Amino acid sequence: MNPYVAVFFMFVFCGVIAGAMLAMGSFLGPRKPNPTKEQPFECGMEPFQLPGGPTSVRFYIIGMLFVLFDVETVFLFPWAIVFHKYVTRPGWGMFMLVEMLVFLAVLIAGYIYLWKRGALEWE
Amino acid sequence: MDYFLFSVAAIIAVVSAVLVIVQRNPMHSALYLIITLLCIAVLYLQLSAQFVAAVQVIVYAGAIMVLFLFVLMLLDQENPIDTPSTLRYQNPVAAVMGLLLLVELLFLSARAQPPAVLTSGAPGSSPGFPGSVESVAESMFTRYLFPFELTSVLLLIGMVGVIVLAKRKL
Repeated sequence: MNPYVAVFFMFVFCGVIAGAMLAMGSFLGPRKPNPTKEQPFECGMEPFQLPGGPTSVRFYIIGMLFVLFDVETVFLFPWAIVFHKYVTRPGWGMFMLVEMLVFLAVLIAGYIYLWKRGALEWE
Repeated sequence: MDYFLFSVAAIIAVVSAVLVIVQRNPMHSALYLIITLLCIAVLYLQLSAQFVAAVQVIVYAGAIMVLFLFVLMLLDQENPIDTPSTLRYQNPVAAVMGLLLLVELLFLSARAQPPAVLTSGAPGSSPGFPGSVESVAESMFTRYLFPFELTSVLLLIGMVGVIVLAKRKL
């Protein structure tokens, strides 16, 4: 059987479950609209402007850090795929584990640095 | 089945690529670009390049799109600056270049044999294929171990660079 059939069914099940949740919410939930409920809602505050306009540069830090850690997962993913194969070979399992831990240690050092510098704070 | 999947993915990719350039709202263009990139990932899968497909989804549809969206949101979309374009020769040059590329593609596709991957069927069933995740991982973590470890330093430099650039101004 084509191995992608399983992936396809996973997508189908995800779609069906998410769609079923939304459908059940709209069928079973009570629907009593009133003018207050129809108002736009912004985390409990009165919305004071339409979204648009330039965004704060503070999103830049979060965006760039997301990109960097996203690239990190690109390396974790093939490692996770082949790790089980190397565990059975004597000596190789520990080698693979240590090499990934070295890779992660450098990145975690960077993570601690930017945490201490307050890059994750919304100041 | 392969040709059916290829046709569906290719048609969606081309249609959404056209939709990217005809949208008035740049945000909608970005969303259509994500669809194009995901369809290209399907095409990579059909060529048995699973690693490239995964990277296409993780890096291009994920990380690169974040950068695109960030630049879009940094610009004021309500009041776009309407200066006359300084790239006056861009359109004719682009048309000539595109036409040349099209001729080249047609010429090559008329001569070339379809790759063995497409004709052998059952893509992805061969773990030893050069594009599979296993073969990429095996050479990455054994033969090219040192460059792989250096990559973490490169990412670290990126992190420090973000902090230095962004924190100075705040």
